[in-house]
Amino acid sequence: MHTKSVAQLVTGLRERQFSSVEVTRAYLDRIDALDSQYNSFITVDEAAALAAAGVADERLASGAANALTGIPIAHKDIFCTDGVRTSCGSRMLDNFVPPYDATVIQRFKSAGAVLLGKTNMDEFAMGSSNESSFYGPARNPWNTDLVPGGSSGGSAAAVAGLLAPAATGTDTGGSIRQPAAFCGITGLKPTYGRVSRLGIVAFASSLDQAGPMAHSAEDCAFLLNTMAGHDPLDSTSSTVATEDYCATLGDSLEGLRIGLPTEYFGEGLDVATGECINDALKELEAQGATLVEMSLPHSALTIPTYYIIAPAEASTNLARFDGVRYGYRCENPVDLHDLYSRTRQEGFGEEVKRRILVGTYALSAGYYDAYYKKAQQIRRLIKQDFMHCFEQVDVIAGPTTPGPAFALGAKSNDPISMYLEDVYTLAVNLAGLPGMSLPAGFVEGKPVGLQLIGRHFSEARLLNVAHRFQQATDWHLRTPDSAKGGTL
Amino acid sequence: MRWETVIGLEVHLQLATESKIFSGSPTTFGAEPNTQASAVDLAMPGMLPVLNEQAVHYAVKFGLGIGAQISKRSIFDRKNYFYPDLPKGYQISQFEAPIVGKGSFEILMEDGSSRTIGITRAHLEEDAGKSLHEDFNNHTGIDLNRAGTPLLEIVSEPDIRNAAEAVAYLKALHSLVTYLGISDGNMAEGSMRCDVNISLRPLGSMTLGTRAEIKNVNSFRFVEKAIHHEFQRQADILEEGGKITQETRLYDADRDETRSMRSKEVANDYRYFPEPDLLPIVIDDIYIESIRESLPELPADKRSRFTAQYGLGPYDANVLSDSRPLADYFETVAGECGDAKIAANWVQVELLGQLNRAGSTIEKCPVSATALGQLISRILDNTISGKMAKQVFESMWKGEGDADEIIEARGLLQVSDTGAIDAIVNDVLSANAAQVQQYLDADEAKRKKLIGFFVGQVMKLSKGQANPQMVNELLAKKLT
Repeated sequence: MHTKSVAQLVTGLRERQFSSVEVTRAYLDRIDALDSQYNSFITVDEAAALAAAGVADERLASGAANALTGIPIAHKDIFCTDGVRTSCGSRMLDNFVPPYDATVIQRFKSAGAVLLGKTNMDEFAMGSSNESSFYGPARNPWNTDLVPGGSSGGSAAAVAGLLAPAATGTDTGGSIRQPAAFCGITGLKPTYGRVSRLGIVAFASSLDQAGPMAHSAEDCAFLLNTMAGHDPLDSTSSTVATEDYCATLGDSLEGLRIGLPTEYFGEGLDVATGECINDALKELEAQGATLVEMSLPHSALTIPTYYIIAPAEASTNLARFDGVRYGYRCENPVDLHDLYSRTRQEGFGEEVKRRILVGTYALSAGYYDAYYKKAQQIRRLIKQDFMHCFEQVDVIAGPTTPGPAFALGAKSNDPISMYLEDVYTLAVNLAGLPGMSLPAGFVEGKPVGLQLIGRHFSEARLLNVAHRFQQATDWHLRTPDSAKGGTL
Repeated sequence: MRWETVIGLEVHLQLATESKIFSGSPTTFGAEPNTQASAVDLAMPGMLPVLNEQAVHYAVKFGLGIGAQISKRSIFDRKNYFYPDLPKGYQISQFEAPIVGKGSFEILMEDGSSRTIGITRAHLEEDAGKSLHEDFNNHTGIDLNRAGTPLLEIVSEPDIRNAAEAVAYLKALHSLVTYLGISDGNMAEGSMRCDVNISLRPLGSMTLGTRAEIKNVNSFRFVEKAIHHEFQRQADILEEGGKITQETRLYDADRDETRSMRSKEVANDYRYFPEPDLLPIVIDDIYIESIRESLPELPADKRSRFTAQYGLGPYDANVLSDSRPLADYFETVAGECGDAKIAANWVQVELLGQLNRAGSTIEKCPVSATALGQLISRILDNTISGKMAKQVFESMWKGEGDADEIIEARGLLQVSDTGAIDAIVNDVLSANAAQVQQYLDADEAKRKKLIGFFVGQVMKLSKGQANPQMVNELLAKKLT
């Protein structure tokens, strides 16, 4: 059962081959048996999950099922869940139980999905390895000495380890795509504004975007159908009409023009990873696509630009965690200043504090023009680069990451080398474009991710390209040895 | 040395929207603490602001009311600082691109002179909550009901030169915003809060001196007193050769003094930057024109019209156009009785006097404008004298009926019958022969004084009902 895709589970539930309670029970048992290896979940409420599954079974029995009725889904612990602790991977919110659901959660509930649990993540989504979590690092099911990537590392590990059929993540600079690549699953970061941000603990408001993480593009399409759409309570949410993302999955790739940015294939790219990507591109070419070399000239400025804008926004988004109304509060504050400084000193981890400091500095009087304003100008140039390319090509392809998953601890004391992990993914967020990562092979047993980048609101096209690729390959169907244990 | 005071005012105006600027919570004043604060107002994780269009509408209305440039594209910024009654750790405000640009309006002084005061800008922002330091036993309570209430911050140019002008400016502003219906203007409830920027310079100098900012001065009277006090404080320092510190000061009404709150040099760096959770406010000409068409006649226009149409002096016109309800009231009275000048006099003296004594407002006035107009008509058609009308008015105020009912019930009808008055006059003259002789012997100047005695006697005998004009005429004829 745990090897079935979302699409297969939907069919199986409709045809009463098994019940939602059975499916949910199966995944809960696997979490119980195997998650000590991965640490992919922060919170699992078995009773609530089974109760929701029971309700789903009643709906299935009465023929009133919705798109995802009875399907258990794991959610990154950044989505606020009514009555279920939402920690954002931080001590600061270790005791925080929201009285409301994020719009994404509401949409999944309306579609009938069962909330399986809340997954591990880098603290406040700041990290590329899941090592900054207050709850300890999640681990990569392909090799538990490796990081699963981050910040949605728990979601990626849970799906790769077959502890959940699908999960949600958020992506501010690569936080869906990079862990998807490291864990050998498929993840989509939609166009900025495609999915509501309401109820997602904010990291960098102009970059954050939620998306699906699953084994296949087809399953991602299933989830995106539920997640996407305008939310009047998120002013940055788009009113552009959504599509049925499953409808065009099988479209031909004949005539598709794929752009290959020279900057994404140059120095810094691991040779073996590059070979996997080239093989994947050949497969797409074989299906009728044309490969076009092109350039994104401002790529070198991506990391510095991102590491001004994202921390700047984060530094003020995280100002609300002051120990006054909810969340962590230091013991026995002597005065207001003590309350603020000790609460934040004790409640936040190192990486979060580092980014708050960087962001505060970048916005401060006398530096604003040199840093934040300049970064916004470069951001426009980066976006223009993409717009120019999309005049000639339909999608852009390249590696998701410079190399496969690295060992736990390998980069945790070197923030710059950690930031370089996101060199190919950050620009997509800065430009607000949709991007996805899909399994494209292995290097020494470690998965490699192929990244696809599309025009604004071209999620259907990206999913179509990925699906056609997955029809011809089986990288996304491989199961790590560590996940083969457990009983079902 | 003689000093010139240079004053600029920042007014925080609460806009009269039903819900908050970025959430659906109601803005009703005086509710139980924290009962009007939603998850957005509490800055719960993941909550996002959604702009209330009514606040934009009101801001544009204000801009049009002062003939200002309306920005077609304005943006919100975050103003970052930590304080317990500021839940997000930042206030959503407008910094670089405010919705209302430069404008101006005219203020009228009591002596009838007028001045134009420039408006630098007006921008939308959210209010903070309140910190309650009493009642919590060495702790501070936080009430977030007010957090997120829409404010329009109206910044004046440093065009104001003294306390009287500052008060006139605030009154004119109050009048304008209540005319526009964009604020209830209730100062006691904090709907209009004022920060006073004040500096001194030697008379004739063109450079600005160092200013102090006096925070939250919340009544016209306190503005006046705070400016007087601050002028003296700064003048004393300067005359002793000292320097003014640029700082924020607080006006203490109980002690009638200002005192330092914090020095600007160590004040917060607010780290303004564009609010990424909100889109720019983009408005077009159609939107602006539709609001322009909905504008009511504004105080300045009404004032000019009252002068031209009714022949009122500038001061009277100013008083009567101060608020829309008062102006409407006056115009109804004038229309009913047909004599605008008498109507103006009655409204200003009797009506406003009575309202002031009762601590009431024109909206709660127990005597309707039509009823007052009818009363004045009874003076004009000689039914009663002006003096009697005042008594009738008192009765009307107490709700004893309309003018005619009271006149009828009290038998106050003025006697204008020549025969009846003639008889009384004759009685008075024959009963006071000595005084008549005294009158006849007196010169013109003394006669004017003495005639009052006879008038008084006649009025007394007629129980006040004799038409005074006729009494005067008859006496003049007979005493020759």
